[in-house]
Amino acid sequence: MSFFMEVLLGGLLAGVMYSLVAIGFVLIYKASGVFNFAQGSMVLFAALTFVSLLERGLPFWLSFVISLLSMLLLALLLERLVLRHLVNRPPITLFMATLGLSYVVEGVAQALWGAQVHGLDLGIEDTPLELGGLMLSRFDLFAAASAGLLVLLLSLLFNKTRIGLSLRAVADDQLAALAVGIRLQRMWVLVWAVAGLVGLVAGLLWGARLGVQFSLSLIVLKALPVLIIGGFTSIGGAIVGGLIVGASEKLAEVYLGPLLSGGIENWFPYVLALLFLLLRPAGLFGERAIERV
Amino acid sequence: MFYQESGQFSTRYRQDGRALRLWQQRAALWALLLLAFGLLPFIGNDYWFSAILIPFLVLSLAGLGLNLLTGYAGQLSLGSAAFMAVGAFASYKLQFLLPGLPLLLSFVAGGVVAAIVGVVFGLPSLRIKGFYLLVSTLAAQFFVEWLLTKFAWFSNGNESGVITAPPLLVAGHDFGSPAGRYLLTLSVVLPLFVLAANLVRSSLGRNWMAVRDMDTAAAVIGIPILRTKLLAFAISSFILGVAGSLWAFTYLGTVEPHGFDLSRSFQVLFIIILGGMGSILGNFLGAAFIVLLPIVLSILSGSLLSGVLPAGQLENLQKIIFGVLIILFLIKEPDGLARLWQGWRARARLWPLRF
Repeated sequence: MSFFMEVLLGGLLAGVMYSLVAIGFVLIYKASGVFNFAQGSMVLFAALTFVSLLERGLPFWLSFVISLLSMLLLALLLERLVLRHLVNRPPITLFMATLGLSYVVEGVAQALWGAQVHGLDLGIEDTPLELGGLMLSRFDLFAAASAGLLVLLLSLLFNKTRIGLSLRAVADDQLAALAVGIRLQRMWVLVWAVAGLVGLVAGLLWGARLGVQFSLSLIVLKALPVLIIGGFTSIGGAIVGGLIVGASEKLAEVYLGPLLSGGIENWFPYVLALLFLLLRPAGLFGERAIERV
Repeated sequence: MFYQESGQFSTRYRQDGRALRLWQQRAALWALLLLAFGLLPFIGNDYWFSAILIPFLVLSLAGLGLNLLTGYAGQLSLGSAAFMAVGAFASYKLQFLLPGLPLLLSFVAGGVVAAIVGVVFGLPSLRIKGFYLLVSTLAAQFFVEWLLTKFAWFSNGNESGVITAPPLLVAGHDFGSPAGRYLLTLSVVLPLFVLAANLVRSSLGRNWMAVRDMDTAAAVIGIPILRTKLLAFAISSFILGVAGSLWAFTYLGTVEPHGFDLSRSFQVLFIIILGGMGSILGNFLGAAFIVLLPIVLSILSGSLLSGVLPAGQLENLQKIIFGVLIILFLIKEPDGLARLWQGWRARARLWPLRF
């Protein structure tokens, strides 16, 4: 039983890391209706920038700030060069534009900083921690704590500030938001930059785990089922979805994997998400679309 | 200048139903066919066949498959490579299970198996729409790749899932030479294009477009959504399956499941974005673009930037150019190269007048 609990808790903690990536998606989808496939490359870009600056001898905080500024710059350029020209296009077009964007961001990141694997040490030992008879990874606990902090900050931003009010208005109805004088384009820049911040945090945590390298951009594929289960429009949904995917993936790998000769973690979350979708086509917390002709 | 239509009237209903209504268009098509079948096999060299013409034809076919599903029926898919893989491995396995199965028949059989798999993964599309459908197609992508890698049965006991094409014999003739493989590919690809071009003009094609534009409205006017969507998945997967078989048998000869990974799916998607969604001609244009761009880039960088650009940067540069082109096309010309071609033709018709 305690083995089961350990697997479950380990899975839940890993799931938090998935949620971190998924939150970036949700932010952008809510504010601009764009399904941003480039979130993974943004994670890669942020983490690569941070690590490369760190390796050139910059202090931790300065690298963090510069990486953050570079994400802000990316958001600004993106709004000016891409989003502005794609207003009122069908969502599928915007999605494909972010596919192209992910190619550009990956290409630029690797052209600037090289393609080799960078180690990243955040100064947290990955020794197991015994808690109530269960062995837990210290690093996972740290990751979960930072994810929790990030979500707290985001919910404060969304619920307690004027900017948050505008963002919620934009998410609710873009046209009405425009009509009451909210600057839509500024909001887009802001929300892409915040998604960049979330991407940076996710990139640091994932990078410390796997090394900062190209495969980091592939976690977008891990975040997708999370998003589907939780629904595209809910940050809470992203967290719950991440926990569900993380836990079930680990349990399936341990109990189901040996029967199927292993390696099922690539497709299992998708099949799980598919099952959820057949029951609830808009995800657990997503807004149900009302169809009109 | 080129007032082609003048004086050409339909006098029978059959003439009204033709795909190419002007004699100039038909003559151009015959000239192209003559060039492709009669001239190219004799004047082309092995590099042209193996590195440009065969991948161009196979990718055009794959683009056609996805275009029917995404461009005409409006169902977004990121699993094209999975259906290609199913086609390739099914053709290969059937060659072994049924010795003496004619090669062309095994292509068709591979396509049929891919169509069945496509319908299975298309079933959720009845309840799930838009981006949520991506999950189903991505599930297909990862599941098929895993299945073909993990279970050696599909590749006849090869541990890493590598399959090697059998000798390419059709009716006793060996099509193993580059020119032969080109001719074989061409004669499989063209009939499928003719079929698809007529299909999208049929009532099924119109149903697809109605579902694409708004499926609720389509259901209200009495279009059977279930049948229409599943037929789109089946036919699209069939064509992708045949394209996969050709990719494995006539283009590469030896292929592993990872040859059909997600980036291949993206490649096929880019063909239809650049070429033009909802256009038959666009598949050829997009595929030509995708095949030629890396070659042109490497030649250009070889002559212009030799020494300036480190070797590893070429790939990054290619990626950036690709991404920028995709975004540019989506902004400037959402209907792709096919629309540019149409625009050019419309201008050429009036030239030298402007209106």
